[in-house]
Amino acid sequence: MTKPLALAIKWVLIVATLAGILWIATKLAQAGNTMAVVIAGLVGMGILAVYSTRRSVPLKYLVPGLLFMILFQLWPVLYTASLSTTNYGDGHLYSKEESVTDIIAQSVREVPGTPRYKMSVAIAEGGDPVTADLVLLLTKPDGSTYVGDKSGLKPLPASGVEKTSIGKITKAPGYTVLTARQANARSKDLSAIAVPTSDGGGIKPVGLSEAFEGKATVTYDASADKLTDAGTTPPTVYAPKDAKWVNVADPTQSFPQGWKENIGLANYSRIFTDSTIRSGFLSIFIWNIAFAILSVLTTFLLGMLIALLFNDPRLRGKAIYRSLLILPYALPGFVTALVWKGMFNQDYGIINQTLNISVDWLGTPAGAKAAILITNLWLGFPYMFIVCTGALQSIPQDVREAATIDGANAFRTLRSIIMPLLLVAVGPLLLASFAFNFNNFGLIYLLTKGGPFNGADTSIGSSDLLITYAFRLAFSGSAPNYGFAAAVSVIIFLLVALMSIPGFRRTKALEEVN
Amino acid sequence: MATVNAPVPADPRMDTRIEEETGASTPVSPKRGGLGGSVWWRHALGILALMWALFPILFIYSAATNPSGTLNTASLWPSGFSTKNFTDLFNDSSRPFWTWYKNSMIISFVGALGAVFLGACAAFAFSRLRFKGRRGGMMFLLLTTFFPALLAIVATYIIFAAIGDVLPALGLNTVTGLILAYLGGALGANVWLLKGYFDTVPRELDEAAIVDGASHARIFFTMTLRLVMPILVTVFMLVFVGLYGEFMLASVFLTDVDNQTLGVGLYGMTLGNDANTLFGRFTAGALLGSIPVMLLYLAFQRQLVGGLTTGSVK
Repeated sequence: MTKPLALAIKWVLIVATLAGILWIATKLAQAGNTMAVVIAGLVGMGILAVYSTRRSVPLKYLVPGLLFMILFQLWPVLYTASLSTTNYGDGHLYSKEESVTDIIAQSVREVPGTPRYKMSVAIAEGGDPVTADLVLLLTKPDGSTYVGDKSGLKPLPASGVEKTSIGKITKAPGYTVLTARQANARSKDLSAIAVPTSDGGGIKPVGLSEAFEGKATVTYDASADKLTDAGTTPPTVYAPKDAKWVNVADPTQSFPQGWKENIGLANYSRIFTDSTIRSGFLSIFIWNIAFAILSVLTTFLLGMLIALLFNDPRLRGKAIYRSLLILPYALPGFVTALVWKGMFNQDYGIINQTLNISVDWLGTPAGAKAAILITNLWLGFPYMFIVCTGALQSIPQDVREAATIDGANAFRTLRSIIMPLLLVAVGPLLLASFAFNFNNFGLIYLLTKGGPFNGADTSIGSSDLLITYAFRLAFSGSAPNYGFAAAVSVIIFLLVALMSIPGFRRTKALEEVN
Repeated sequence: MATVNAPVPADPRMDTRIEEETGASTPVSPKRGGLGGSVWWRHALGILALMWALFPILFIYSAATNPSGTLNTASLWPSGFSTKNFTDLFNDSSRPFWTWYKNSMIISFVGALGAVFLGACAAFAFSRLRFKGRRGGMMFLLLTTFFPALLAIVATYIIFAAIGDVLPALGLNTVTGLILAYLGGALGANVWLLKGYFDTVPRELDEAAIVDGASHARIFFTMTLRLVMPILVTVFMLVFVGLYGEFMLASVFLTDVDNQTLGVGLYGMTLGNDANTLFGRFTAGALLGSIPVMLLYLAFQRQLVGGLTTGSVK
């Protein structure tokens, strides 16, 4: 490659990257995210500085990987830590101001006699009709057109807008109008929409093609920090408490819209003080440790035994054995777990049928744990078999011969010579395997989902690992609690750190960096 | 985790050594005590081990070719050969099997390619260049391998939801977004594997090239990358297989049935009341879905055995 050509490629890449960053920055600016624009700008300048000058050659090679690592690995970790001190989750997704605006807009009641708008349900152009935020395209009785969403009502320029004879908008530049069927499928989102208007009222949809403008019954008194609902007699007063608006007269009543706020270490203290969570967390933790240790032990023992079995120079066909024994390891993990789930089925599964038993494998705590360990044994023994085979072959033959000459029988040689040497070689791998199994989400989630669950308590399963528990807190429940899930994640981080310190210290790898 | 006594990771030379040691040319040691000179009992136990290793795979095959295609009629031994489950699977419009397959392939391929490139760049810097914080950097990368990215999944989810608000093409429920999230973990163990191999390429080659007037970029792209091709292939495979089987992040990211991977899609077939009737189709899909990874394993067994003994996978 000639030098000018290489230089040209280099500059094309630099300019393309910078153009991409500029494009992202404009998008961010449109969304009003100043902080992110500044960061994007700094990243762009950094890239330009690293690649256009000769100052730092190592950085030229490290920056691409580091950028991804910082953005999608380190930042999420730090963000997890900061989330864990908030109440972010169901009912606490927005700021306090947004909760006030939303509550007021939701309380809108139609004032009798006011004219109605013609309405079309739409989304921003290019969005997914199933998930994108809905906007309302509205036509006043006088023919003027508007677009409204959660942030407010804006006039819609008439150019390019097409309407039916009754004034319903069918086409508007920048928006995709949903069909009646698509809009109907979003009826739940539609009923939650209330477009706030400047005079404290709001516009709400009626059915799929009309909307009314009404007055809010709830008012906000900023100086007293209280909401008053005039729609009831007498008016109800709501005051902020625990990041929610709670009825002063009857504290059991509150609006569903709370807000996100910093709650310090409350998530952590909840883990250790709330008796249900504490006992559940403790039992999950014990099973988590037991699972990781038993998995390592069983897979290692079986793998080692098979490796010893084939560790005989006279044995023929070792390559075929090895190719076939590696197959369980070669199946994708999800296939293994899901197929074993089928095989463990109490009524139809082939394990019960073949052995002619009727064990409720996945429905009882002990059965589920046994099923998990058996599946993991099948999944993990080929790895240990390969590792042990490699280690056994690195043990010099003369050591064994010396033992034989000294009169040691086969068993004694195995116990006193081979095992210690083997353990030295595979010890770090056993630690790594322990660390992997400690957070073996896929196996547990696909096989038992953490279940079976004890009675009505669906938050703590009897085969849960900490990681599946945290996952369920965040994603599976009807009321996700991101903050609490993040706190559990941070605790797992700390536990992994505590457990890996001894292994990390012993690893000579650090000294090998030359 | 790098190991104490293990040889250089995935060094093909190590495998040849294993082959030599286990090969027929090894002198037969004198008859030792214990269970005598015959090896038939080893074969007997070996076949027992094979039965344990292979019976679920036989079951997958039997269930996939089972004409009835339900879980309760599935048996260990094939009860007749039928392709009904396969055709049912391909014609199920609510479960676009080939789209899942394509998504899995794209995600694993692009993700592995990206990881190899990012990792090779970083490994070149750590192996060939001298700079402040080099040792610290390697230690830090080792440290990150102890903490799987999935621990930060809640934050990752929220971050990508926010990205999706601004750039819909990179947010949740997109294949590109998922690849970006995977690339966050591209360094770590991979750099250790790669650097170990980079170190075995003699520095004298670099020095000769520098004397000839080659720039660092020229050395890296036209010389080093070619010399370390075996380890690039190995790391590509390891990452490919890892991403192909990844479930947690994929299941959180990909909610639309058309964007899902094989793992997420097939998982959906084992849920709820349909699990029994869909079992044949599920195993047919599982069988087809396993083929790429199984072929890779069998074709690159030697490299894998070498790579595995360094403990950098699973």
